[in-house]
Amino acid sequence: MSNATTSVPSGLDAGGLDQLSPDVRSYWQMVGFRLRHDPVTLFFGAVILFVILAAIFAPLIAPKDPTLTSMIDRLKPIGYKDYLLGTDELGRDMTSRLIWGARSSLLMGLMPVVFALLIGGALGVIAGYVGGKTNMVIMRIMDVFYAFPSILLAVAISGAMGGGMLNGLISLTIVFIPPMCRIAETATTQVRGLDFVEAARATGGGTGSIIVTHILGNVLAPVFVYASGMVSVSILLASGLSFLGLGVAPPTPDWGLMLSTLRQAIYMNPIVCALPGVAILITSLSFNMVSDGLRQAMDVKL
Amino acid sequence: MLNYILRRVAYAIPISLGVTIFCFALVYLAPGDPLTRLLPDDATAETIALIKAAYGFDKPIPIQYLNWLGRALTGDLGQSIQTNRAVADEVLIALGNTIIISTAAVILAFTLAFVMGTVAAYYNGGVADRVATSVSVLGVSIPNYWFGIVLIIIFAVNLRWLPATGMGPGGSEGFSIWEWSSVKFAILPVLTMAMVPIGIIMRSTRSAVSEVLSQDFVQTLRAKGMGEAAVLRHAVRNALPGVLAVMGLQFGYLMGGSILIETIFTWPGTGSLLNQAILNRDIPVLQGTILVLALIFVMTNLAVDILQTAVDPRIKRG
Repeated sequence: MSNATTSVPSGLDAGGLDQLSPDVRSYWQMVGFRLRHDPVTLFFGAVILFVILAAIFAPLIAPKDPTLTSMIDRLKPIGYKDYLLGTDELGRDMTSRLIWGARSSLLMGLMPVVFALLIGGALGVIAGYVGGKTNMVIMRIMDVFYAFPSILLAVAISGAMGGGMLNGLISLTIVFIPPMCRIAETATTQVRGLDFVEAARATGGGTGSIIVTHILGNVLAPVFVYASGMVSVSILLASGLSFLGLGVAPPTPDWGLMLSTLRQAIYMNPIVCALPGVAILITSLSFNMVSDGLRQAMDVKL
Repeated sequence: MLNYILRRVAYAIPISLGVTIFCFALVYLAPGDPLTRLLPDDATAETIALIKAAYGFDKPIPIQYLNWLGRALTGDLGQSIQTNRAVADEVLIALGNTIIISTAAVILAFTLAFVMGTVAAYYNGGVADRVATSVSVLGVSIPNYWFGIVLIIIFAVNLRWLPATGMGPGGSEGFSIWEWSSVKFAILPVLTMAMVPIGIIMRSTRSAVSEVLSQDFVQTLRAKGMGEAAVLRHAVRNALPGVLAVMGLQFGYLMGGSILIETIFTWPGTGSLLNQAILNRDIPVLQGTILVLALIFVMTNLAVDILQTAVDPRIKRG
């Protein structure tokens, strides 16, 4: 019991942790305890926080105007004059563009997942709780969307509707609804038949109140863990759409778009051209690592 | 067994129908009347009506769908607005080129990932395990088209070992997998494409092999004096069917998701075709390519499922 303060490897099972920390009682306290003692997750969580802060305070932090072009200072290397990370093909400051680019990348990474979580989660809970024909209709429609690899589905919808950030958001939301729905449905079906739900129904609980008080609590953890893993996928897909000219439109700074416009310059200044990809990689990797940490801390098997 | 296969095939039919409905609906997702793109600006009301009837746009939407489906089933996917060539022909040529790189990528990924995953599972928690786990997380976190750009920078721009883009002077017809002069064009796209499946196959190999290694029969094997190499062979054999299934699914993803990589390397496959269709707002090509790719994805999943049932006698699906 005395070693409760030593760092706990993230893979430790629940039994081991109970022995380590006798004070931990509730599920969420336990999750919090495990996360606080998981240095890897904490580190990548800090990276995410850093990116979020950069996105929020971009106007204050960015040294220059991200859309200010310069005919003389085009494709300058890292550290040229006061351009910390060089300039792009139109002579715009890369540092400022990378900082501003965090905005659209985070937005496109988080929003579709949040929307899909709400819509898909609701559909899944309804399908799972009501069952029968409703379940069949909802889940068979979801199955159709499973027939597309995610990037193909996103490209199909965005490609037909045309470019732009809003269309990108819509197509990515549609991509993530089916998996969220399936996970929520599975979790709901598992809980629905259990005694305590039966008891709630027997004591006169209405459908709405049973779902809110008894079902949601059990559906939330797996759906949330799954959603956290999807953020990284969403960032990659969104930057891919922008790269194809389907997402964010120029001159808005966006990492995927920057990769696309800088591609012509790889012979002249390869390092600077690779920078936006590094930004995408760091952000997506951090979300993946935090999601893994959350899954272990919340003890969810997907 | 046969029963299961039949049911599984029957299940794929409504899914495929759903896919065709989705692809048909893509035309209506596109902003504006699909007709206006075909008409000159000064078309009279009569001309419009005439062309509407000729293309079948005057009929109710369900009838239009059935007509379209009937034509699609006989291999008529319409005409490209850009080139006026039959969409089916264009898709077919492109498909061959995509199959070349995705097959090579999935074989490469499987070979590397299976070995690394097995080693990682055997030395659970060791250095090899950590390296393998890091590589697999990187594989799914990396924007693979960016990885392609980095490979071009290193191997084409700096070292000048390999060509950066294209499929060689002969194009699709001149390409031969037995000649270095063509193969060198495929190397960078294949490496880039293999990145994601390496991560995913490695992860599933690691968990499958370590699950087998933790089972009682492995203890028995060791207790009766079997060498470690032979024990490992048992574990690998047991883990193989599941991992092969993952590999099959990955092949489907690569086939359908090749757009970014083919765009980077201007590899003339289905992905490049899609990209061109998007740039030119060529909806028939977009629609036809997506339909074919999605149906291939459905078929791949079906084949993987059936093969897995056939190979693994433990799976008894009623």
